[in-house]
Amino acid sequence: MTKTIAGTEVAVNEEGYLTDMSQWNEAIANVIAEEEGIGPLAEGHMKVINYLREQQAKGASITIRSMGKSGVVTTKELYDLFPGGPLKKSSKIAGIPKPVGCI
Amino acid sequence: MSKHLLILGGGTAGTMMANHLRRRLPPSEWRMTVVDRSDRHLYQPGFLFLPFGIYDEHQIVRKTQDFIPRGVDFLQAEVNQISPENHAVSLTDGRSLAYDLLIIATGCRTAPEETEGMLGPKWRVNVHDFYTLDGAKALRSKLASFAGGRIVVHINEMPIKCPVAPLEFTFLADTFFRQRKLREKVTLTYVTPLSGAFTKPKSSKKLGHLLADKGIELVTDFVAEKVDQEHDKLVCFDGREVPYDLLVTTPTNMGDEAVRRSTLGDDLDFIPTHKHTLQSLQHPDVFVIGDATNLPASKAGSVAHFESETLADNVLLHIKGKPLKEEFDGHSNCFIESGNGKALLIDFNYEHEPHEGRFPFAFGPMKLLEESRLNHLGKLAFRYVYWHLLLKAWPLPGIHRQKKKPLTP
Repeated sequence: MTKTIAGTEVAVNEEGYLTDMSQWNEAIANVIAEEEGIGPLAEGHMKVINYLREQQAKGASITIRSMGKSGVVTTKELYDLFPGGPLKKSSKIAGIPKPVGCI
Repeated sequence: MSKHLLILGGGTAGTMMANHLRRRLPPSEWRMTVVDRSDRHLYQPGFLFLPFGIYDEHQIVRKTQDFIPRGVDFLQAEVNQISPENHAVSLTDGRSLAYDLLIIATGCRTAPEETEGMLGPKWRVNVHDFYTLDGAKALRSKLASFAGGRIVVHINEMPIKCPVAPLEFTFLADTFFRQRKLREKVTLTYVTPLSGAFTKPKSSKKLGHLLADKGIELVTDFVAEKVDQEHDKLVCFDGREVPYDLLVTTPTNMGDEAVRRSTLGDDLDFIPTHKHTLQSLQHPDVFVIGDATNLPASKAGSVAHFESETLADNVLLHIKGKPLKEEFDGHSNCFIESGNGKALLIDFNYEHEPHEGRFPFAFGPMKLLEESRLNHLGKLAFRYVYWHLLLKAWPLPGIHRQKKKPLTP
């Protein structure tokens, strides 16, 4: 399915996660952040978002641990930046898939 | 002089590879060795049943060597370091093994030391795990005398082996206490770092009701900063707290310590591996299988089984200097206990999430993503399949290495 976010038509899944990360831009990120009750996006958020997009582009698995070890942000800061669900919210704003289990 | 194929790990994956390849490599050309620290082979799916008294230890433990085929040497030893540059593996007893081709099947382990406070004085007093034989046995004693209170089932971080097992444990605990007429005295809470107990759309839609139906509380997006054993509570990085009388935790899972000593792994000591060929991304004469890889597939025996078929072909292709098959598709197939003598069956891969349908044939007899008595019996029967067919790498009727495409999109 598709959705128009910040004037751009993008492909999304049932939960509103972008299915093609190349369709993402910062304006889209800001709109999703607002919908998620995060933001406005500041430098701290953007550091996390850019890191997530780099990792995803490399095909690396995204975990709280790898983020904590990256030096970009501590786990505690991640919860402060994206309260309520740091991984599910930051990944949605970054235009990448949500970390999931097998079911 | 003959060449040497070395397999590190005599668990599910290593044993299957030994059986596959001994049949296919001429003994005059290839010598084979399996190294494992343990002389016991554990049927790990049984760890889920042992705490509830459904299985006994003797049903899930065998001698490792009984499943290693004739013509393969078994060496009980601890691996110290793998040196792919030298085509050698050193053991902690000082010996060194040279190889021409290496298969790493060293699996994963629980690492409770990774979480602050987890290994405090109440470890295995009221903080338990069931991913080890000792842990499952200690939990069995605990549950047998548990008269009531708050039971919290917890996943510390992903990825974990058999990712649905903690949820199955929760469902089985519900049934266990119902049967003992104690369910009203027990609260069950499932705590996960993910966004839900079910995170994929089809599973969530079809099965989301199961927790509420069984009166199981759900706490999501919870990453434990520490286990506060003084006050018997889990503490999240955002300050949330979950008190418990009995904590059943799934500690962080990591690859083998020998992988870390050899600096071959990622943050969690899982080895970067080609997701379709199973060749190491760094070293062409090294292949990796099962829980030891960093693949975005489940860490599960079924995955190792499907991988083993592709890997056996690829080892032969590699020896002949031919291009490898980019064939492994992340196929996974698991029975999931849902309590009350029923189970679900799921079938999925890198591309397709678990979906409805029939398995293994178009007519069934088993149904996918649906609770049934037959699926539960299938899970129980699987123990025989494991010991007699799977480990010996005999084909399983109707079950293919690659996932069949779902009939509906």
